[in-house]
Amino acid sequence: MQLHTVWFVIVSIFWTGFFVLEGFDFGVGMLHTIVGRTDEERRHALSTIGPWWDGNEVWLIVAGAGMFAAFPGWYATMFSALYLALLIVLIALMARGVSFEFKDKSEDPRWRTTWRWAMTLGCVLIPLLLGVGLGDLLNGLPLDSSHNFTGNFFDLLTPYGLFTGVTLLALCLLHGATFLKLRTTDHVRERARAVARPLGWVAIACVVGWVIWTRSVAGGPDVPQPCEILAVLAVAFAARLAITDHDGFAFASSAVAIAALVGSIFIDLYPNVMISSTNTAYNLTVNNSASGHYALVVMTVVAVIFFPLVLIYQGWSFHVFRGRLKSPPAGSEPGRSANVPSPGRS
Amino acid sequence: MTNDLARWQFATTSIYHFLFVPVTIGLAFLVALLQTAWYRNQQPEYKRVTKFFGTLLLINVAIGVVTGLVQEFEFGMNWSAYSRFVGDVFGGPLAMEGLAAFFLESTFLGLWIFGWDRLPKRVHLACIWLVAAGSMLSAMFILAANSWMQHPVGYVLNHQGQPELNNVWALFTNPTFLWGYVHVILASLVTGSLVMLAISVWYLRKQREVSAFHHTARLSVLVLLPAILLQMFVGNKLGEIENTYQPVKIAAAEAQWENCKPCSFSAFQVGGGNNDSTPTQVLAIPHLLSILATGTWGGAVEGLNQLQKEDVAKYGPGNYIPDVFIQYWSMRVMAYLGSLIALLALWGAWLIHKGRLDRSKWFLRAGLGAVVTPFIMNTAGWLLTENGRQPWIVQGLMKTIHANSPSVTSTDIWISLIAFVLVYLALGAADLVLMLRYARKGLDPDEGGDADESGSSPPQPTIPALSY
Repeated sequence: MQLHTVWFVIVSIFWTGFFVLEGFDFGVGMLHTIVGRTDEERRHALSTIGPWWDGNEVWLIVAGAGMFAAFPGWYATMFSALYLALLIVLIALMARGVSFEFKDKSEDPRWRTTWRWAMTLGCVLIPLLLGVGLGDLLNGLPLDSSHNFTGNFFDLLTPYGLFTGVTLLALCLLHGATFLKLRTTDHVRERARAVARPLGWVAIACVVGWVIWTRSVAGGPDVPQPCEILAVLAVAFAARLAITDHDGFAFASSAVAIAALVGSIFIDLYPNVMISSTNTAYNLTVNNSASGHYALVVMTVVAVIFFPLVLIYQGWSFHVFRGRLKSPPAGSEPGRSANVPSPGRS
Repeated sequence: MTNDLARWQFATTSIYHFLFVPVTIGLAFLVALLQTAWYRNQQPEYKRVTKFFGTLLLINVAIGVVTGLVQEFEFGMNWSAYSRFVGDVFGGPLAMEGLAAFFLESTFLGLWIFGWDRLPKRVHLACIWLVAAGSMLSAMFILAANSWMQHPVGYVLNHQGQPELNNVWALFTNPTFLWGYVHVILASLVTGSLVMLAISVWYLRKQREVSAFHHTARLSVLVLLPAILLQMFVGNKLGEIENTYQPVKIAAAEAQWENCKPCSFSAFQVGGGNNDSTPTQVLAIPHLLSILATGTWGGAVEGLNQLQKEDVAKYGPGNYIPDVFIQYWSMRVMAYLGSLIALLALWGAWLIHKGRLDRSKWFLRAGLGAVVTPFIMNTAGWLLTENGRQPWIVQGLMKTIHANSPSVTSTDIWISLIAFVLVYLALGAADLVLMLRYARKGLDPDEGGDADESGSSPPQPTIPALSY
């Protein structure tokens, strides 16, 4: 396998990892006002992702920076083409990121409501708009012969791109629900189960629709590809298991579903990285957008050394904070002590 | 117009970002020192101040991280021509930064915040040190990338005239990088220790928690003193390095229009902007510029007019002189404020030696006021180094005017510039309110006892509600 193909795989893994890990963070962010009805319960719902969300967000940074290093042409065209969409994503990321820190620092109800909205809205917009962007890679955007985007913001809102965004949003919601079910107890967990039922149906409908639509967009055979079939099966499993007590399997299934869907986009894309709707001769490919051989060798060495390390210590962090958080008693007065993860000391 | 707007946007967002970065790097190191002290002496007040400054660190990191994301995306969004042209060399350090530093910093920060009662003490202590190491590593990679823009090394031009990396080692042994990196780390230690000092002396003045903040006041002075003294040497050395590779930058910083030998140092002048090559010297020190720039008593320094002629001969017609006013004053702001801070640190060290640090009314006042200076100096430093590179975006390889995204209109940039400014103002206001409120609130009384080793007391609710 040539090095630029290796790097295409690595970049795909970064994007996929980002959606698998941040996917449940976004889902929890969107659902925290639904599964939590008091301030304390909402705080409890968000504390399920407390130790991890920031590390998960780094997957987006390495996805972008990995593209910059290995495929400067792709990074330059994609980021300048998606300009206003990425502006909204950045502001949404900021709103979400600081609301974790800010929202509980004042008792003022207006302060809390503001940051609660910042959290929820941010978590809706980020996967939706990044999904639109990924869908557009495959669907094609107006690019000229020097690989510059020639359209405007509304050219980004292609029906297929929008539907890809909605599908990812639905998967993040389901993924968040299975995660909350896995990490909480009692009535908070029951509410996550209750919300997972309709979300499961929506997610199945979206993924099936997306696979059918993708077959006509991506070219190639009319029958679904293995990764797409996997996405459909996994989302069906996730939706079914989410309403049972198999919390671990439900979460694993929703993780596989989201990974398979994002992975499908990149598999369908290869060897292109961005389709030009102006003229297929102007497509960006792994070949014409990649860095030189030496730079790719250096980056491969760096990735081989550091990426396994990252997986080890990030995995360890998940291991340290594994286990359910005891949900606060229903209707209790706000207090802090209920958030202690588990009575035992490690 | 589009190009100017993109420059304004980058300047605004990166200056804002760098208000928070040095605080993070400096405070992470100081908090790690405090926790190490607690680990060794087991005195509860060390744990209390560790947690107190740890919370301030978190509020800062929250903003530093999200504004850093903007920087990472901005290269592709606003500067796609630049990204396409230099990504082969410049993208590498950025990706390394993500893989080697950001993951480390954010993962172990999560472990540290939530791990107080979960992890063995030794492991928990290692977490904060890894956070500190991660923040310093990330500065290393980004400065290697920035130094390449100041002094490109380790590349060849391919058949399309684009730089291609051919020696990654050269990026990290670039003299501009080595001295620039040390300069930034020292600046961060100065910033962090001045923030810690200001908060400590505020409590000492109010006579609150004296036994705890006495320690942090001492610690901050003890870190500040060597950092600022070294910094004066390193800053000067960096100037010499830049004089070798970017002579225009330093000549502009000295507002030296004509060749001179020997050269006097202009300590204060009026006028002398880009259209005024005959400033009124208010105070000039004979021979000092020769000594600073060349290390000799009577060394010659080339003036801007001469350098402009040389650059035109080399690169073709154009204006190769950056804004002299910005260069001249950002250099002096750093040098003069740095000297004042060095005096403050010496004064503090002397008071510590005499055992009178907590009671010196004037030092406590000065220590509080000094907190604004590192932010001014840090901003001045970036203005000096980035403005001084103009008109180049990569010295000698690509001009800034050719670097912005061709597909992005000035309307797009107006929208994003206004959006960023509004969001940043809101974030800054919220951050300031929170920092001040938190700094005033004092230490958490629950942390006083450290009796949980016995195993008889129930585990304390020490996890912040969701402090992160």
